[in-house]
Amino acid sequence: MNIDSIKNGYVLDHIKAGKAMEIYEQLNLANLDCQVALITNAKSKKMGRKDIIKIDRLIDIDLDKLGFIDPNITVDVVKEEKLIEKKKIDLPEKIVNVAKCKNPRCITSVEKDLDQIFVLTDKENQIYRCHYCETSLKD
Amino acid sequence: MKHLIDIKDFSVEEINDLIKVAKNIIKSPDKYSHKCDGKILATLFFEPSTRTRLSFESAMLRLGGNVLGFSEASSSSVSKGESVADTIHVVGGYSDVIAMRHPKEGAPFVASVKSSVPIINAGDGGHNHPTQTLTDLLTISQEKGRLDNLTIGLCGDLKFGRTVHSLINAMLRYKNIKFVLISPDELKLPEYMIKVLESSGVEYIETNDIEEYMGDLDILYMTRVQKERFFNEQDYIRLKDYYILNLDKLKNAKKDLCIMHPLPRVNEISTDVDDDPRAAYFRQAEYGVYIRMALIMYMLGVK
Ligand SMILES: [Zn+2]
Repeated sequence: MNIDSIKNGYVLDHIKAGKAMEIYEQLNLANLDCQVALITNAKSKKMGRKDIIKIDRLIDIDLDKLGFIDPNITVDVVKEEKLIEKKKIDLPEKIVNVAKCKNPRCITSVEKDLDQIFVLTDKENQIYRCHYCETSLKD
Repeated sequence: MKHLIDIKDFSVEEINDLIKVAKNIIKSPDKYSHKCDGKILATLFFEPSTRTRLSFESAMLRLGGNVLGFSEASSSSVSKGESVADTIHVVGGYSDVIAMRHPKEGAPFVASVKSSVPIINAGDGGHNHPTQTLTDLLTISQEKGRLDNLTIGLCGDLKFGRTVHSLINAMLRYKNIKFVLISPDELKLPEYMIKVLESSGVEYIETNDIEEYMGDLDILYMTRVQKERFFNEQDYIRLKDYYILNLDKLKNAKKDLCIMHPLPRVNEISTDVDDDPRAAYFRQAEYGVYIRMALIMYMLGVK
């Protein structure tokens, strides 16, 4: 399948090699009944190797989730088999229910109804901290 | 509605105003003894901390108000699995202001989202303890007469001791502050706090020798090494008595040094220091009541 075979949909390009499956799962792509293609280890001039995901439908994509996994991914929007937009994504300021706080002393470890909220506190180093206990996701 | 969850919730002006009121209370306590007549403070302590709870209750009683509450989760509905939000929803109807301590970090924030009355965080796990920081600021201001132009030694557990992190954050807002960070290598100030110091441009020195810079210090803030922070008993035993302040170690210290400790102490300060006029830690505990009086008035909108 190449881009020509998508009528209306997306090409998620410049995914770091090996990350396609994680994105497939995070975006719940298994639940779609349209064509979805995962290409792993494609050759790339810029990146050496990369992954690509093609989705043959204009679904609602959570760009924050995507940006959190890898802010360097590009999203090509295809309509009527034409590339109409290249969306640049960025690190989201806040992510909700994407990652879980690992701090066993955090209130979210006992109150399961609370949203898991993380806030970007250091953009340069991509540090997200729990909105409740301020534990870094990278600790 | 104003809540105090994190010391950063208050501006420097708000903190300075609280300190001013607290100093007035110290001078003329009688003027304040009916400020909160008819008001109720709820002290919801989901984990025991007798000292902090009594300090809050004393503060409210000295303002003429009343107190109710519980001192541990097992005596409350929490043991039956009630959520923080539900508990607060109910208790908000019984009281005018709530002081809450909880073993889980972020619990007071969760409470504040749903609360119909002001929430004061009286400590959430090892996370925030803003009334301790306010107490520390009043102590420094009262003992030294200023909050700027100070060299502050912080000694002991600088890694997990968030009282120290919070004090650093609060003091960075004042001019010409220098820090001497005294700790064993295993308990050094964490990287992200070093970054805070670096980006503020403040002067700081790290050392593991308590005596090395003793003569430069205006404040010496001692902390306790907390057992629950260690996975391994041996590490705790090795580090808990790493620093024991005694009169001998103070021989090069300034005559007007101010020695602080959030209490309770274990072995960090030898009892022979207690009678030295520079030992401010028992006065510090008393200042805690006055700053909490000022805080309760502020939260209730009482002038
Ligand atoms: Zn957390």
